[in-house]
Amino acid sequence: MDSNIKRELILDNFNYPNNKGLTNDPSYIKKSNKNPSCIDHFDIELKIEDGIVKDIRFDGEACAIATSSLSIAIHRFIGKSKEEVLNIIDNYKKMVNEEEYDSSILEDLLAFDEIYLQESRKTCATLGVNIIEDILENN
Amino acid sequence: MHRDDFNILNTNIIYFDNGATSLKPKCVTDSINKYYSEYPMNAHRGDYNLSMLTSNLYEKSRDKVKEFINAKSSKEIVFTSGATESLNMIINGYFKHALNSNDEVILSKSEHASLILPFMELGVKIKYADLDEDYKLSLDNISQKVTNNTKVIALSHISNVIGDKRDIKSICEFAHKNNILVVVDAAQSLGHTLVDVTDMDIDFLAGSAHKFCGPMGVGILYAKEELMKNIKPVTTGGGVTSSFREDEIVYKDYPFNLEAGTRNVPGVIALADTIDYINSIGVNTIEEYVSDLRKYLITKLSKLDNLDIYNKDIDGSTIIFNVKGVFAQDTSLYLDKKNICVRSGDHCDKMLHEVTGVKNTVRVSLYFYNTIEECDKLVEALDNKNILEESLGI
Repeated sequence: MDSNIKRELILDNFNYPNNKGLTNDPSYIKKSNKNPSCIDHFDIELKIEDGIVKDIRFDGEACAIATSSLSIAIHRFIGKSKEEVLNIIDNYKKMVNEEEYDSSILEDLLAFDEIYLQESRKTCATLGVNIIEDILENN
Repeated sequence: MHRDDFNILNTNIIYFDNGATSLKPKCVTDSINKYYSEYPMNAHRGDYNLSMLTSNLYEKSRDKVKEFINAKSSKEIVFTSGATESLNMIINGYFKHALNSNDEVILSKSEHASLILPFMELGVKIKYADLDEDYKLSLDNISQKVTNNTKVIALSHISNVIGDKRDIKSICEFAHKNNILVVVDAAQSLGHTLVDVTDMDIDFLAGSAHKFCGPMGVGILYAKEELMKNIKPVTTGGGVTSSFREDEIVYKDYPFNLEAGTRNVPGVIALADTIDYINSIGVNTIEEYVSDLRKYLITKLSKLDNLDIYNKDIDGSTIIFNVKGVFAQDTSLYLDKKNICVRSGDHCDKMLHEVTGVKNTVRVSLYFYNTIEECDKLVEALDNKNILEESLGI
């Protein structure tokens, strides 16, 4: 992906993130997490029905990388099965950690394919998907 | 000033995170190296010459701290791991036993977590003094919260986020007229402004060596002798007892009853060298220099229309701000790409945003080795409409 497109995607999703704002609907599973190494913090609500991720909402304060990566991930995950989402997350985290990964399933998440070059940004880029992964693995 | 004393300043970094920790001059690192290479013994454990030498240097450091803060006796000084441990010892070793459930403690929402949390854990009634419009804490704010049940006023000398310096002498005078004890967190003030516990009539004080060019892991606990006598050990173990049997523990006299286990001996010894170093420059000289530098920087930053500055009118060493539309961490990562080190976040003050309305900020905190040229580079870096985009590193 071209660097200009990456930057545009990231800034758009930071300034106008998908699905920001919580529903407080009890049918959603809720989980929060804070990046231990910085100040990013997210509350996430996830609705799953019949093994399909129906909706994901979030709130919190976080940097451009954390917010945009979560926003792009939410757009990518909704409508997918639990297994599909976990597979995307697994490959996304491999990419962030500079391991072998399947690029064909990541789509716009490829905007972060060079984030491994910035050590301090790796935890930002995975804060949101780690919460979603935790919810899916435990529900 | 004195930039040649710091090896790290030979690199290209511009260090503006002195509120988190200061840089360490060569005389301090030399002191630590000397300990490990020449007399790496435990203090107060051996009778052989090298151990006695170490013990003497350790106790000389206590005398040095006594002089530095103008305490009446070296017995009023305990070495800890840092201001956090000092405050926990004061609160859990003294106030836990001295306060009852009706007693009240006055704090403010601009205090550091290490002062607020131990009192919260104690379960006493806490009243938060209001802050002025510019987020300063004054005696008037404090006095409005005092009742017949107020037993403690606990506050930092210089707040770690806003950076305002409190009038500790007047606060202590007021407190003592009302039979209230005063706990002072001096983490941001020791080595930055004059701290005279006798003149200010401070009851308890906590500080950290690393905030004023000293080593990491060394703290100071000061208490007036009549109060020090009644601080109970929070941690016990080796070195604090003269004897114990199945049914009896006989503790050593203070301050030794409060220094359980092996201490940070090289750090304590290097603290004496730190104090000599700071005194050689002069605390008043440092304070004046930093104040002038901050005035220069705030004047320059105020001209940038892309910044929100939250503590413009403080006479201190910190400036907190945000770049409009940019998360604080992104700003700090952008500046890092230009070798400028600043802090972003809530700065261990989780409640200040309730007053200011701003949760996360960028903090620039100055010390005597910072320069006008460094300030100019910061201003130049912040005078940029593409900070968010450039912070991405992509």
